[in-house]
Amino acid sequence: MKQNYSIFSLVRNALSYHQGWQEAWRSPAPKPEYDVIIIGGGGHGLATAYYLAKEHGITNVAVLEKGWIGGGNTGRNTTIVRSNYLWDESAHLYEHSLKLFEGLTQDLNYNVMFSQRGLMNLAHTQHDMQALRRRVYAIQLNGIDSEILTPEQIKEMVPILDCSASARYPIMGASLQRRGGVARHDAVAWGFARKADERGVDILQNTEVTGFKIVNGVVKGVETNRGFIGGKKVGIVVAGHSGVMAGLAGFRLPVESHPLQALVSEPIKPILNTVVMSPQVHVYVSQSDKGELVLGAGIDAYTSYAQVGSPFIIENQLNALTDLFPCFGRLRMLRQWGGIVDTCPDASPIIGKTPVENLFLNCGWGTGGFKATPGSGNVFAHTIATGEPHKLAQPFALERFTTGYLIDEHGAAGVAH
Amino acid sequence: MLLISCPHCGPRDEHEFAYGHEAHIARPTLEQQNTMTDAEWADYLFMRKNPKGVHFERWVHARGCRQWFNVARHTVTHEIIKVYPMGEPAPKLEQK
Repeated sequence: MKQNYSIFSLVRNALSYHQGWQEAWRSPAPKPEYDVIIIGGGGHGLATAYYLAKEHGITNVAVLEKGWIGGGNTGRNTTIVRSNYLWDESAHLYEHSLKLFEGLTQDLNYNVMFSQRGLMNLAHTQHDMQALRRRVYAIQLNGIDSEILTPEQIKEMVPILDCSASARYPIMGASLQRRGGVARHDAVAWGFARKADERGVDILQNTEVTGFKIVNGVVKGVETNRGFIGGKKVGIVVAGHSGVMAGLAGFRLPVESHPLQALVSEPIKPILNTVVMSPQVHVYVSQSDKGELVLGAGIDAYTSYAQVGSPFIIENQLNALTDLFPCFGRLRMLRQWGGIVDTCPDASPIIGKTPVENLFLNCGWGTGGFKATPGSGNVFAHTIATGEPHKLAQPFALERFTTGYLIDEHGAAGVAH
Repeated sequence: MLLISCPHCGPRDEHEFAYGHEAHIARPTLEQQNTMTDAEWADYLFMRKNPKGVHFERWVHARGCRQWFNVARHTVTHEIIKVYPMGEPAPKLEQK
């Protein structure tokens, strides 16, 4: 059993000069064979391993990570959590995840700093307002909290927003999801890793998959830089590199990998107590507990695996920020990064089976995967454990590209993820 | 930021261009369309190579001469290896 983290353990360890802390997870040598191998030690992969152990009793599980856990997009996002999606399928899936987020700190005994500070989507034109109303009503019909704000209410909540009539992009209204907010991205990965490890999951860092062993269309294990590891079932949860993994397994995906950039400002005193997104002017911004503004926008148009994007994308993003918040004009930016996101033609994820038996896939989260971390892991664990898709994951199967049942969340979701 | 050599206008900044995604995806002929299965349609419409390495792709000089052309570009280094006209087959390149 792991030590229980609490105020008392903090005090006790402080008195002993912090020498008594246990390691949060082991670094074991790979076993020759596992019941389930998860490729990818990001939030989604670790969550999958955790729920496999917790809800399905499958503990002979390995998580293979080519770098360090949470070092990819899990450590490179803008940490926004919300479930205000237009279509029923997405709304149910993301709401499932949001509900798990609400109990995650207690469940994992790890403070994921989930802060439901509310999330605002701005509308700047009459057409924005029409689309926004449609979206809000659809979300309400799915039993998810969502409301429409007038410019006066917006001004009261966020006084620093330029709500004047002379603004370059006048603000005509907004939708608000009060249960939306932000969470600490690293803590989500570390919390899942620690609890999965406690239940016997092997987390193998610096272990890169270089090929699959497939016999008569059934996966038998993976080749890695640390030798062959056998696996009765294998799950691919590698975000940006999904296409590369599919290539190694011998099939193609409807996925393109793009750089998505984000940046963080110098820390300032508390000034913004909610998340503000503008799909039209295209920026989304929140203030971290450290005081930094965390902001992001759209992807670079071209496909890439380089984890860098073009500077003019950032310039557009900062133009959008200063148009909406003139008071941020003098703010300096502290750091900037790019992650590789796997985007689907319908901007919805792919969860389920692949053409190879016992090989499962969870990818295509594109620009908005962080919010889905616990929900994605939860439904994917069910899919792997039972061999049949979870009820919520069923519409997101790879087959939808053949049947034509796409879940088109472009724009419908508010674009800015 | 990419510096892309338009075959008609010379080297220009990336934001004069628009991206056209994977090149050399042939549209099925009318005859093929009559007999194609759903899986074949899915393959044509949605499945992509998305390589980590050299990618053959289309660009259009949207804020310039508005001509389309093909580019061989490395998706890790972003190096533009070759620019060649539409309709020409993908060049054979030495493995890097």
